[in-house]
Amino acid sequence: MQFWVIQTLNSLALGGLLFLLASGFSLIFGLMRIANLTHGALFMLGAYFGVAILRAAPGLNLWVAALLGGLAVAVLGFFLERFILRKLAGNVLSQVLVTLGFAYILADVCLLVWGGDPIPIPTPAFLQQPLRVAGFAFPAYRIAVVFLALAVGALLYLFIEKTRLGAMIRAGVDDPQMARAVGIPVSRLFTIVFCLGAGLAGAGGIIGGPIMSAYPGLDADMLPLALIVVILGGVGSLLGAFVGSFIIGFVYTFGVALLPQLAYVILFLPMIVVIAFRPRGLFGRFAA
Amino acid sequence: MTFDRRRFVQAAGVLSVLGSSSLRAQAAPIRLGLMTVKTGPLASGGIDMERALVQYLKERNNTLAGRKVELFVGDSGGVPAQARTKVQELVERERIQVMIGPLAAGEALAVDDYIRQAQLPTLSVAAAEDLTQRKPNPWFVRGTSTSSQNSQPLADYCYKQLRMRRMAVIADDIPYGHEMCAGFQRVFEDLGGKIVQKTFPPLTVPDYGTYLAQINPKIDGIFLGFAGSNGFRYLRQFNEYGLKGKVTPVGGMTALDEAVLRNMGDEALGIVTACWYSAELDNPQNRKFAAAFRAEWKYDPGFYAAATYVEAAVLEAALGAVKANIENRDAFMKALRSVKVDTVRGPVRFDEYGNVIGNVYIRKVERKEGRLVNSVIHTYPNVSQFWTYKPEEFLKNPVYSRDFPPAKNLE
Repeated sequence: MQFWVIQTLNSLALGGLLFLLASGFSLIFGLMRIANLTHGALFMLGAYFGVAILRAAPGLNLWVAALLGGLAVAVLGFFLERFILRKLAGNVLSQVLVTLGFAYILADVCLLVWGGDPIPIPTPAFLQQPLRVAGFAFPAYRIAVVFLALAVGALLYLFIEKTRLGAMIRAGVDDPQMARAVGIPVSRLFTIVFCLGAGLAGAGGIIGGPIMSAYPGLDADMLPLALIVVILGGVGSLLGAFVGSFIIGFVYTFGVALLPQLAYVILFLPMIVVIAFRPRGLFGRFAA
Repeated sequence: MTFDRRRFVQAAGVLSVLGSSSLRAQAAPIRLGLMTVKTGPLASGGIDMERALVQYLKERNNTLAGRKVELFVGDSGGVPAQARTKVQELVERERIQVMIGPLAAGEALAVDDYIRQAQLPTLSVAAAEDLTQRKPNPWFVRGTSTSSQNSQPLADYCYKQLRMRRMAVIADDIPYGHEMCAGFQRVFEDLGGKIVQKTFPPLTVPDYGTYLAQINPKIDGIFLGFAGSNGFRYLRQFNEYGLKGKVTPVGGMTALDEAVLRNMGDEALGIVTACWYSAELDNPQNRKFAAAFRAEWKYDPGFYAAATYVEAAVLEAALGAVKANIENRDAFMKALRSVKVDTVRGPVRFDEYGNVIGNVYIRKVERKEGRLVNSVIHTYPNVSQFWTYKPEEFLKNPVYSRDFPPAKNLE
């Protein structure tokens, strides 16, 4: 009984964290048609920004730090999109390669600035004690992450589905040429979505900080997870990223617990099944 | 008497006949290579290796056994294939005569063949067991330890002093983790204890929550065989899951290294680990080394810093024994293996396989002068890689791995 309860909560917590990581990735992929391979590095950079912010202002609320860090990463995303990716517009392969190169540069800059040792981000004081309900102990912070992911999901949903800008983004995802033809400034949407995605990744890095810490290699650990979620859920679909994150959370947690020998492949199995039978992913509008 | 060129050549010839190598070679500096990792996830340890070695040479005015030493540093990024290329570059372009490194087991295995072929005396810090066991490399000495050289005494300590009887082990799913856990299991079970749970999460596991929820609650302690940042992440989550006080963690040589401790908090207090070094060791060499290192870099030297410092002391002792004549490789190699020297880790000598016989320290994390340190609480003197087993019998078994020794007591 304890096993199932705790592992279910674990799955939800991992799913929540994955959603923070993958939602931005999915939006960028959907609109710009490029797999932004800098995404993991932006997540790591966010975590390091969190470290720096909390060192400069100890006792600052973690959520405020996440907001600030997310903003800083979003600004970086703006420059990356506006001054580098824009120059390569239309050449998707070059753009993907640039994002990969940028990921390496960011990783080495982080190593240079923050060194090679893992640096923790402190858990907010009121969430430090495990939550004890009916004899189960569970980290309170992870439960907070689940709720935060739900809140971010709801906000993004409202933004994409209910605002004019959201409608333009949806139009751009569905058919960029047609969107341009009816006067939607698709290029500007690219910048907005890229900033939003980068910001989400950066904030996610800080939110994930108390669980994962900031360490060299965090980028390479996170990027494949984002890819898997998006391929599973469907490119450009917020709902897909949401459902995909939690599916991966459950499959990974229970898979590793029940079949530990499969720890390496368990993440990729649902992806392979989905690609084989539904190449566009669960909720995607086109194949990745 | 005038001393023209002809006479000089004659004299030099006579000298070399008398057993000394050529004057020209003696005057040239010794070319020392350091194969380390300065980029990528392993960079933290690799940079410490370079810092400590540079400090060692600087303290001696770049002169070992009366001869100048020139240092050449290679960076492999922790990638075995890259390590192979860089070592070759150090040998063929920089013409190094002796090498310290590489850092990781995978790198050491990747360069093993080349070291034999180039006949390059190598002082490594990589822990892979078979490098000094079933496939010993004649050009290889290891002044640090094998993977299990520390976990075997720790198992003894857990059973006899901490009176643990039922334990779990968890480690990174790499040969280093497997070997440490296997050594721990063998000694612990030979004493009469039981390993009831063995878990090997992937090296890059995103989250330990799943594994923490599965810890068998009916155990006395859990052995952590982690490297790099993983032990640190595991312990933080260990506390979040409310396990502190219920299960006692004990750690292998890299689980709570000084490099990790400096970023940890009270969650680490009281945890017992085993290693061949601690920055807190009280011997004349270490008092000087640790203080100077801390003064320069503002943190305590850990496993990797001490590793190159120990290897450099071994190198200096061997050079002293052959009067700095490193050109005679066979004699130099023989001298390396017969070194007996007091280093920052205590006395060091080597077995016939080129692996160190030295002290292993049981350490406990305490807070001193505001920082966390590994205080030494017990010393196992002169521990061999074979622990108390007979080498011949030890070597008849397969190498320590995920499946050897077989787990008979899992629940």
